[in-house]
Amino acid sequence: MIIELLISVCVVVGGLFGLVGSFGLIKLSDPMSRMHAPTKSTTLGVGGVLVGSMIHAAVYEGKVSAHELLITLFLLVTAPVTANFLAKVFINQQTRPEDLPDAGSCKLWATHDKPEHHPASDQSEA
Amino acid sequence: MKLLNRLLPHPLLTLMLTVIWLLLVNRFSLNSLLFGFLLGLLIPVATQPYWPNRPKLKRPSKLVTYTLLVLWDIIVANVAVARIVLFMPNAKRQPAWINIPLDIRTPEAIAMLGGTITMTPGTLTADISAQGRSLLVHCLHAPDPDAVRAEIKTRYEARLKEIFE
Repeated sequence: MIIELLISVCVVVGGLFGLVGSFGLIKLSDPMSRMHAPTKSTTLGVGGVLVGSMIHAAVYEGKVSAHELLITLFLLVTAPVTANFLAKVFINQQTRPEDLPDAGSCKLWATHDKPEHHPASDQSEA
Repeated sequence: MKLLNRLLPHPLLTLMLTVIWLLLVNRFSLNSLLFGFLLGLLIPVATQPYWPNRPKLKRPSKLVTYTLLVLWDIIVANVAVARIVLFMPNAKRQPAWINIPLDIRTPEAIAMLGGTITMTPGTLTADISAQGRSLLVHCLHAPDPDAVRAEIKTRYEARLKEIFE
């Protein structure tokens, strides 16, 4: 009974966070902010469902399942990469170097650093 | 020794791939152990040109505490972002770009820092500077950008520096 409650809590909390993440996509006002909602809330959303699934497998099917841990691992590894790619597309299409904070010694962020800025040196660097 | 290096460019990666394969199969048997090990041998050799240097871990034991810290921060981040999404009107929210000058130089450490920033409270790694000396981070709501920068540097970067350098 207590176990069932625990599983339900995990699944419901996971579902709620998934819902909040999707709602954030509609509600937040600019493209960069919109990316925050799915990268974070969805992690805990999926995480909650997975923890529920692990408890269920351990208690009712009597086996320890590793798949949920792997899904978590793959999510943690891939979500930042996807977010980074989307951010780079946004920077490339909708910002100019002067919109962003100072990049330090070289003045440019990598996305704005295109080969035509230093045509002579990009051969030697590669 | 040189031949062994050629065959096993990343011994830790080989071990990790074998273990992940066993976990994917979800049941231990000699067959899957051997097949996992075969994958663990082939994949590092195939990806070797993209990843020539073997990353060194100075203090691997600290990786465990770091992982636990980040997992906890992810939970906190989720609640914080959910509250901003649900209760803060867009007009009151102050999104901001901040730059984070890096003290760490190891590519693997910078990649981990970038991933950590994306997964934790209200921040998202957007880009790296052209020479790899600073990270561009977007904040969902940052009334005080300097505090965010200081927190990332002390909480995550200092720990990664201990682990990798």
